[in-house]
Amino acid sequence: MNGIHDMGGMQDMGPIEYEKNEPVFHAPWEGKSFALNNAAGAWRKWNIDAGRHQIELIPPADYLRMSYYEKWLQRLEELLVKTGLVTQAEIESGTPAPGSPKATPPLTAERVPSVLRTGGPASRTIPGPSRFQAGQHVRARNINPTGHTRLPRYVRGKTGTIHRDHGAYVFPDTNAHFLGEKPQHVYSVRFAARELWGEQASPHDAVYLDMWDDYLDPA
Amino acid sequence: MSSEHSHDHEHQAVPCDPALRVKALESLLVEKGLVDPAALDALIDTYEHKVGPRNGAQVVARAWVDPAYKKRLLADGTNAIAELGYGGRQGEHMVVVENTPKVHNLVVCTLCSCYPWSVLGLPPVWYKSAPYRSRAVIDPRGVLREFGLDLPSDAEVRVWDSTAELRYLVLPERPAGTENLSEEALATLVTRDAMIGVGRVKA
Repeated sequence: MNGIHDMGGMQDMGPIEYEKNEPVFHAPWEGKSFALNNAAGAWRKWNIDAGRHQIELIPPADYLRMSYYEKWLQRLEELLVKTGLVTQAEIESGTPAPGSPKATPPLTAERVPSVLRTGGPASRTIPGPSRFQAGQHVRARNINPTGHTRLPRYVRGKTGTIHRDHGAYVFPDTNAHFLGEKPQHVYSVRFAARELWGEQASPHDAVYLDMWDDYLDPA
Repeated sequence: MSSEHSHDHEHQAVPCDPALRVKALESLLVEKGLVDPAALDALIDTYEHKVGPRNGAQVVARAWVDPAYKKRLLADGTNAIAELGYGGRQGEHMVVVENTPKVHNLVVCTLCSCYPWSVLGLPPVWYKSAPYRSRAVIDPRGVLREFGLDLPSDAEVRVWDSTAELRYLVLPERPAGTENLSEEALATLVTRDAMIGVGRVKA
């Protein structure tokens, strides 16, 4: 989706506002927004790609206005309703619907350390050789999917060089929409800054992107 | 692929104090038995007090004093970092890139805010902000100047856009004059910013 989240290469967003000795959370609600997302995610009703896509679906003006943990809150409310864990009426009232059953939370405090330590590896084992080798020239496909994708606009149609094969990983473009993991190789691809941005860029600089097989053609 | 799209936009129009919304959502989810309040506290405590840039600093210091470790770290970041006990959530697949006098690495996530939690903790606001995410790829030298780093024109700037599940950690240059410092003392010098690539380590 060519949304506002796909920001690479945009200009005039203003200066970078650096905060010295920044706290991890600026207010208790930020920590709660973070923790609620993680704890509710333990129901496994959605995956990391669906979670990212839900943030991308926030309308552009709201996306720019909202703080990070406000977006997380918005995303969580949407996913909870979409997956049926809560109803929109419950979100609005803040109380469970009369007669609704009480569940048992999958993530207890005791399990937090081991769950965080395990994480959610996205690597998968797939048969067969990889399509590209280090040093090979590739072109990023010029595609404009209306759903979730991790192929930024600024690189589409551009030519780069395979830097490294990371092995196979879950494909977000399908996984975000619960259409399967479609695991495939992910490559680190080097794009010369001048290929991306023209003569204004330094001839020495480069941008490296991690790109799934389905984003690439031989060049 | 996003037939739900128009629907999503409908009930997002009413802005409300996020602190109140979070409070209401928390009490709803606890009451429905969907989340355990003690688990929420444990998650917050973990990222406020246990997981943060001190983890990454230990990795960097070890690499500075142990050439064999550094070699393993650059070849297989995930396993070398696991040797020091770090890994898991948002650090499942780690890549470490080395700064040298000729090469400067800078990490960004243009599409969202991907960041190596296991070694750096949760990302600062500026890293997640539109100005950094938009400009780091098109004008990395300008961004670095804003952070006080003026790179020589013949140096190579490598920007790593975290578009997949690989997470990046910059191995900064060891500052001159630190030859006699212990690994522990070296780790105290290493900053979060240096491990993102927007700072240098100072002696």
